[in-house]
Amino acid sequence: MGKKNMVMELKDFTFTYAGASKPSLNKINLPVEKHKITAMIGPSGCGKSTLLRAMNRIHDLYPGNTYEGKINLYTKDGQVQNILELKKENDFIKLRQQVGMIFQKPTPFPMSIFDNVAYGLRLSGLKNKAELEERVEKALKGAAIWDETKDRLKESALGLSGGQQQRLCIARAVALKPRVLLFDEPTSALDPISTGAIEELIAELKTDVSVVIVTHNMQQASRLSDYTAFMYLGNLEEFDKTDKIFLNPKKKLTEDYITGRFG
Amino acid sequence: MGGQFFRHFSFFSATLSFFLLVGIFAILFTYAQEALAEFGIDFLSADTWEADEDDEGGVFGGYIPIIGTLLSTFIAMVIAVPLAMGIAIFLTEVASENLAKPVSIAIELLAAIPSIIYGMWGLFYFAPIVQSIFGGNGVGLLTAGIVLAIMIIPFMAAITRDAMNTTPNILKESAYAMGATKFEVIKDVIMPYSKAGIIGSIILALGRALGETMAVAFLIGSVMSTVKHITDPTTSIPVLLANNFAEAQDLEMSAMYYLALILFVVSFIIISMAKFYFLGRKSAVK
Repeated sequence: MGKKNMVMELKDFTFTYAGASKPSLNKINLPVEKHKITAMIGPSGCGKSTLLRAMNRIHDLYPGNTYEGKINLYTKDGQVQNILELKKENDFIKLRQQVGMIFQKPTPFPMSIFDNVAYGLRLSGLKNKAELEERVEKALKGAAIWDETKDRLKESALGLSGGQQQRLCIARAVALKPRVLLFDEPTSALDPISTGAIEELIAELKTDVSVVIVTHNMQQASRLSDYTAFMYLGNLEEFDKTDKIFLNPKKKLTEDYITGRFG
Repeated sequence: MGGQFFRHFSFFSATLSFFLLVGIFAILFTYAQEALAEFGIDFLSADTWEADEDDEGGVFGGYIPIIGTLLSTFIAMVIAVPLAMGIAIFLTEVASENLAKPVSIAIELLAAIPSIIYGMWGLFYFAPIVQSIFGGNGVGLLTAGIVLAIMIIPFMAAITRDAMNTTPNILKESAYAMGATKFEVIKDVIMPYSKAGIIGSIILALGRALGETMAVAFLIGSVMSTVKHITDPTTSIPVLLANNFAEAQDLEMSAMYYLALILFVVSFIIISMAKFYFLGRKSAVK
């Protein structure tokens, strides 16, 4: 793929946790294409979540980790920014407004449904009430949860079901109009029906954002994604179009994993 | 068989606290009858405490110790709450682990020091400092309030820190991932999430400050006089009870049971108000 279509790109990215003697990720090279879904699969401990958490620098909440290489973010106006060079809290905030994240478990804040979605907008300085209401409604509609919540926006978000909470968290992230959304096993705590709803939602989201999703569920990766990266022991073993990875993988290791011979 | 026994045992244990509460109230109420009949509700606003020569009667009023108790507790809470919150936030969110560990241990040790030691330290070391800064004669309402605050801070900070530590990392990370600063995460996520624990720690500290006897006895001055200035010496309910109990007879004894009843009721009301107001509001949101 050409550079034009890229939104992020990892180049020889190596990551070492604080106090660890060996890096957890070795020289990862991975492109993230605009308006596509890129899935990361691999057995537990292969480093896929570690990689995802580097892409919005959430690792930096815990001190002492070391980065090498580059993670480039292509901004709206065509600029290239190596996010590993960011140092100030303000820069991290700007990065995280562009690269949102959804976690393994739903994480509604202890406040009302409306305030949850408005939270990021308010942090970014939006105060106009009418505009806030409009953006919140749009985000809730975008996350396919508007009909269920429109009559109870003032109620606590903790009263929603698990699947609804996760869609609320997606709405909350979408409200900021990010360029990239990172999903860290977003359905691992949900029942099959809620999982289906979230998957549908992610598929719809790619018209507006680029998606990177870490998943343990290989069906999910094959159903949802355009590209798939297979990771093993901190290395990116294979990266290609999802069809190719699942139907015709180049490496024996990849084939063994996706056919369930280990994992 | 074992299940039956366990059921009865836990039921007994759970109801015991309720019967103790009712029983103590009943005893205080019974012994306070004589004074209740003699002084009635005016006891609350009368500011003399004098026994007759023959020790059989006298004029007793609770105004001064009641106000002394409430004011010294109020001063202590005003100082202690923000400082304890600051310590808890520092330990959970700001300090590195290398620093947080020893500071945590020091705070837990401070919480375990017997109150009489705070009283002695306060009298010989701290009272002169208060005197040189605020005037007065060293012992008095302000000194008692500040030392009370110092006593309850470690206790409150330790419980608040534990409550804040229960905030799931993933929830904090979610807020950071929305572009929140550390301050915003503390204000919008950690504080609301651990609200019940924070209020609990404040209530427990409040109870301790209201009933504290030894340290306050050293520092408040133990004189029956109305407070006109914050540094004035006065007395509090537990201090008056401890000082006079050995010699009191008949009506004075009954008046002291009346005071104890008031302390019991005041603590009960303040603590239930705090509990129902704050925790009730939380469940209403939910």
